[in-house]
Amino acid sequence: MQYQAVIGLEVHVQLLTNTKIFCGCSTKFGASPNSQTCPVCLGMPGALPVLNKKVVEYAIRAGLATNCSIAQRSVFARKNYFYPDLPKGYQISQFELPICVNGHLDIEVDGKVKRIGITRIHMEEDAGKLVHGDVPGLGQGSGVDLNRACTPLLEVVSEPDIRSADEAVAYLKKLHQIVVYLGICDGNMEEGSFRCDANVSVMPVGSDKFGTRTETKNVNSFRFVKQAIEHEIERQIEVIEEGGRIVQETRLFDPNTGTTRSMRGKEEAHDYRYFPDPDLVPLVISADWVEDARLSLPELPEAKRARYLAELGLTAYDAEVLTASRELAEYFEACTALYPQAKSVANWVMGELTRALNEDGKGIADSRVTPQLLVDLLELIDKGTISGKIAKTVFDEMYKTGKAPAAIVAEKGLVQVSDTGEIERIIDQIMAANAGQVEEFRGGKEKVFGFFVGQVMRASKGKANPALVNEILLKKLKG
Amino acid sequence: MKITKAEVGHVARLARLELTEEEQETFTGQMDAILAYVEKLNGLDTAGIIPTAHAVPMENAFREDEVVPSIGVDNALANAPDRVEGFFRVPKVIE
Repeated sequence: MQYQAVIGLEVHVQLLTNTKIFCGCSTKFGASPNSQTCPVCLGMPGALPVLNKKVVEYAIRAGLATNCSIAQRSVFARKNYFYPDLPKGYQISQFELPICVNGHLDIEVDGKVKRIGITRIHMEEDAGKLVHGDVPGLGQGSGVDLNRACTPLLEVVSEPDIRSADEAVAYLKKLHQIVVYLGICDGNMEEGSFRCDANVSVMPVGSDKFGTRTETKNVNSFRFVKQAIEHEIERQIEVIEEGGRIVQETRLFDPNTGTTRSMRGKEEAHDYRYFPDPDLVPLVISADWVEDARLSLPELPEAKRARYLAELGLTAYDAEVLTASRELAEYFEACTALYPQAKSVANWVMGELTRALNEDGKGIADSRVTPQLLVDLLELIDKGTISGKIAKTVFDEMYKTGKAPAAIVAEKGLVQVSDTGEIERIIDQIMAANAGQVEEFRGGKEKVFGFFVGQVMRASKGKANPALVNEILLKKLKG
Repeated sequence: MKITKAEVGHVARLARLELTEEEQETFTGQMDAILAYVEKLNGLDTAGIIPTAHAVPMENAFREDEVVPSIGVDNALANAPDRVEGFFRVPKVIE
């Protein structure tokens, strides 16, 4: 039998706030255990949570960027369960009235555009962190670090519209790019700032009744998401083919084996007994607030790509590469604001600059070559001060030192020789020294021309204007 | 009956409460009486009324995103029954 997979994703997006969602403790990553805690995030009796306004603003941005409606009224709820990383015995989340509902993202897989629905986005607090074994003295116990407890998260829940691992990855990449562009998440998957739980089920092709689903937890890279989903689909089909039944359960992905395995049986724990949190008053968002947020949204990658194609005349490939990150796109745009020939800028940004940065494992933010410097370089080429070839030498120096290209050209004597007298003199010398090749050329062996160009460029240390060299050389050789 | 003894047992288990047979009986009776009392509300027409999420008629209590000093590891762990380094130590949690 042929099977069809049905996939829904829950993504946890850690927000880039300075403080936690309900208290003023810092959210900085990597602090020593429990050093960023207070009575609120430790779950001390009587401590009262107060909502961080920035979390609401970020949630509104995320909702708008994913085509959601922003709820005029939303409410925080307690999700009750016991686990040692959850000091209060409940997680403050949203349940019946989340802040954003009914959104969607359009993804592209194999050239086809598909719309993936977003059921809801809600705000919640993260739990703490458990450590096992790697701390001396823990022995048979586990350690609890509550620095992460109460860190603000958005949970983005998709509709079960996804039908393959590739679609799941396309959706995740798109969502990832959006939250990073919005500046609300650092997108670091290894540190857990963007993590994904995948709900997967299979059904016979043509059926409209979904099979029983499993939830695979915390898969922390795009590659692992693909592996985990593909493995889970295969596993479920195998179980069904062998006459078995899929059990609704939580599974854990093991990156070492590329497989999933069943986690603690927490059927009972699924009875969360949500109820409105009496410690927090309802959240009411005015139309004005939403409108202000809409106006403050940055241009998103999809819109940028469309504009690069239509207004700047770039290719789809160039537009894709240049909008991959907001920093790169902003760098590119800073250049084109100074220098309107977008294609030249694109070539240099995607070529020399990206190559140099990749070699150093650096990002565009670390580049010494500011947009102004890159544009200065392009203008030197346009003016004929240096050739395109010499420009690469100047670029390398500029990349290393951050010096102005004109200064580098002067310092290293790289000014292009466009003085015809000077070029003629060099050509005469070369021709005199290579009389044999001159004869060959005149005898019809035109390939020798390249040899002469090479010799002239070498004699001029690459500084001779190549167009002039070609022109004069041809004239002289033809006698 | 508004609630069964089995439901009381289930809720107690979720709350990690250990109840004797006798307690379960008692609480089932008490909860049943409370639920019956609250059920009087069902006699009212509440169509068009927003469910009350909070007893105080107030909305939008915010704080700005500004760091306030934390209380320090020693204060945080002052009441911990067991600690190792800066961690709370709890019985082994099996993943």
